[in-house]
Amino acid sequence: MAESHSGPNGASNGVLDSRVPDGPMADKWTDHKFSMKLVNPNNKRRFEIIVVGTGLAGASAAASLSELGYRVKVFTFHDSPRRAHSIAAQGGINAAKNYTNDGDSVHRLFYDTVKGGDYRSREANVHRLAEVSLNIIDQCAAQGVPFAREYGGLLDNRSFGGAQVSRTFYARGQTGQQLLLGAYQALAKQVAAGSVELYTRTEMLDLVTKDGRACGIITRDLISGEIAAHTGHAVVLATGGYGNVYYLSTNAMACNVTAAWRAHRRGAYFANACYTQIHPTCIPASDEFQSKLTLMSESLRNDGRIWVPEQLDDARSPDLIPESERDYYLERKYPAFGNLVPRDVASRNAKTVVDQGKGVGPLRNGVYLDFSEVIERDGHPAVAAKYGNLFDMYERITGENPYAVPMRIYPAIHYTMGGLWVDYHLMTTVPGCYSIGEANFSDHGANRLGASALMQGLADGYFVLPYTIGDDLAARLGEPVVPLSDPVFAQATSEVTDATQRFLSIGGTRSVDWFHRELGKIVWDYIGMERTAAGLEKALSEIPALEAEFWADLRVSGSGANLNSSLEKAGRVADFFELAKLMARDALVREESCGGHFRAEHQTPEGEAQRDDENFAHVAAWEWHSSDTTQTRHIEELEFEEVALTQRSYK
Amino acid sequence: MSGANDVTSQAGQTSQTSQQSHGRTLSLTLRIWRQDGPDAPGRFHTFDAPNISEDMSFLELLDIINERLIEGGDVPIEFDHDCREGICGMCSLMINGRAHGHELATTTCQLHMRKFSDGDVITVEPFRAKAFPVVRDLVVDRSSFDRIIEAGGYISVNTGAVGDANQTPVPKEAADTSMDAAACIGCGACVAACPNSAAQLFTSAKLAHLNLIPQGQPQRWERTEAMVETMEQFFGSCTNHGECTEACPKEISLDFIAFMNRDYVKAKIKNRKLTGQS
Repeated sequence: MAESHSGPNGASNGVLDSRVPDGPMADKWTDHKFSMKLVNPNNKRRFEIIVVGTGLAGASAAASLSELGYRVKVFTFHDSPRRAHSIAAQGGINAAKNYTNDGDSVHRLFYDTVKGGDYRSREANVHRLAEVSLNIIDQCAAQGVPFAREYGGLLDNRSFGGAQVSRTFYARGQTGQQLLLGAYQALAKQVAAGSVELYTRTEMLDLVTKDGRACGIITRDLISGEIAAHTGHAVVLATGGYGNVYYLSTNAMACNVTAAWRAHRRGAYFANACYTQIHPTCIPASDEFQSKLTLMSESLRNDGRIWVPEQLDDARSPDLIPESERDYYLERKYPAFGNLVPRDVASRNAKTVVDQGKGVGPLRNGVYLDFSEVIERDGHPAVAAKYGNLFDMYERITGENPYAVPMRIYPAIHYTMGGLWVDYHLMTTVPGCYSIGEANFSDHGANRLGASALMQGLADGYFVLPYTIGDDLAARLGEPVVPLSDPVFAQATSEVTDATQRFLSIGGTRSVDWFHRELGKIVWDYIGMERTAAGLEKALSEIPALEAEFWADLRVSGSGANLNSSLEKAGRVADFFELAKLMARDALVREESCGGHFRAEHQTPEGEAQRDDENFAHVAAWEWHSSDTTQTRHIEELEFEEVALTQRSYK
Repeated sequence: MSGANDVTSQAGQTSQTSQQSHGRTLSLTLRIWRQDGPDAPGRFHTFDAPNISEDMSFLELLDIINERLIEGGDVPIEFDHDCREGICGMCSLMINGRAHGHELATTTCQLHMRKFSDGDVITVEPFRAKAFPVVRDLVVDRSSFDRIIEAGGYISVNTGAVGDANQTPVPKEAADTSMDAAACIGCGACVAACPNSAAQLFTSAKLAHLNLIPQGQPQRWERTEAMVETMEQFFGSCTNHGECTEACPKEISLDFIAFMNRDYVKAKIKNRKLTGQS
């Protein structure tokens, strides 16, 4: 779809209308809930809503919408909704409950999130997120989520990711798992009641639009290979982030950008693609066949000391390197925060020392995280009580005992803040198509705070979309869905069928994984932790070259008429190629450093990120035209009414 | 597997030995089950896997075999996997006859090749159970677990219809035990390991998660009846072998099965129209 359209959130002429309501920040959401149109309870059943994805955002949205009375179809490419990658989140979920009486408030959570996002998020969205954080904890506790408790039976909180207050709720190291199971069970309740139709092992491969409005999706049944069309009054994309463009990431293997990207190709603007988050404490890769990276909880930095040998390429075992020949580089450079500097600062510094040749481990690709001092001070049992399960996990993966040998860590891609542009209603620039959770760009700005991903996914699904979707649907009462007999469905179905066939017919020599690995190396090297104009230009020449090779030399064996995971991956990697080019362009144009986007040309004399609020306090949302032309960059100016823009400093 | 233990103990001794243990490679032979579809006959195919780094996970070994199959123009082996960090419950496999392999408390994705010895012959099959039909190769259909959850594995609270979370205190011991049960990842190893293909451990874990805490009480008895009876439509009966908990990557306790059995009997004798019978 090359031509631009104008919907209710009219995105034509490069003007993006965020539909942020007027009024004082603290009243916007309350007032807006009153001013939005409602669908009468008896009329809700006349609307069909398609939800794609069953992670925290998708499962919570599908359950909540069907409880309201809408007819819901929900799609997951997994065998069960419970497998979605939200399940792997370890740390916790933030909420401004102030149960600890330490001065937290909705305003403080709002303020911290805007600041933590390095002033690149939309204030009104963030304020709403902080407001509904309260409801999320209530809802999840009532669902039976086994949050950690105090001896009096009340909920326990901890401080997380450098926050000055204890506002993080958690369920051991498996908070994501327990919240997802809560949402999955709420969804299962609705499936059992017959008000949600669940499609498992079914992947969305296209968004269907008619007259500029979303009217359905095209899917592939991953078991039978059948390509099918589904129609609805609205389509909700809850399809997660795109961290797997780097090949090695902490994402699950199947995480991909395909659903969001196909919507982008049908007119949904893609925003802030260059905002990606690196997690500083992951286990380094051990060989070239490494398939994913495992995150070690950031809490380890509370007690571990990070160091590298002073000498280049020092092959000695760590216990043979005397104190005087070690560089505790974070403690040296940031005496106030030491090893607890924010994620991006810790990550960049690790890259710097490894690039200098001071990396440790067999591949020289890590830094030490050393617990010998705390073990000596507090004793082995105390450390085991605090970190025992993490130490066990580390030993299981590396075969090294971290009580005796320092851990080796290195940063890895963990989360993507960019995604489909959405307005205050969470609607994309394609009317009728919504995006929630990590798939959208909205709440985290250029950097997400710890324990805020779970909060945003559930906020969108339980407490925002169920309100905002009604405003749009109310105006369409009596409108039937576009029938599957409409030519738009036949057209889209045949395009998807052809695209699937094309992968099978290339008949080259290399596997999808090979191309994915090679693409990942380029993206990591040039659009990773540190970007430069020269590097980004290089990425923009290397990616298309590799992409051309992909289309000429890919080999997908097997057929399209049964389970064929190479074929599934081929489609996803094809989209990663296009996304990677957009990330490079987005990063190149954004001539500043902010949050997870660090341009080496833009740093303070101390080496910190240097924002340019004058020229870049805006969202960049890209409009697709065709495969042969580059996207057009549109701007949504960010206005800061409540939070004053300041430079972060951790000295 | 004796060689496995040697490596583990070595790694724990001093930094020098653990550093040296890196880079060891293994030559292995794999016998892998291949089957085109649910009704097609299956058989073992044998693959040589030389030069396998001991730092690889078992699934990365399968990745390599698949890369080689693709290079040779063959169809790669299908297997289920996703998070590769032991939490999504997607990976499975019977490895040398053991669900998720011989390593205790470990999913297949977290099983590393250093737990094997050079020259090993490794047999890889799908999870075996009538309720888990083979989809293709090593992939099975575990959706019968979803049917058990849909029968009552939830607390019926609609979004928004709840009071402040701290209005309902939960005794810490109850919350902790509930969490022990809720840690189940739904992988199905319990069923695959059971001589009867019973799903008592899975079902009881969800029942204990919800029945132990105050929020779960209103639906406790109907939930128990519905989930147990749905389970019995798909799965065999428990005869207390205890293989399930042995195979469970999350070490879910057999105690929960006893708890479920008690609750099931109680559910049958309680008159739920009378109040106060919790």
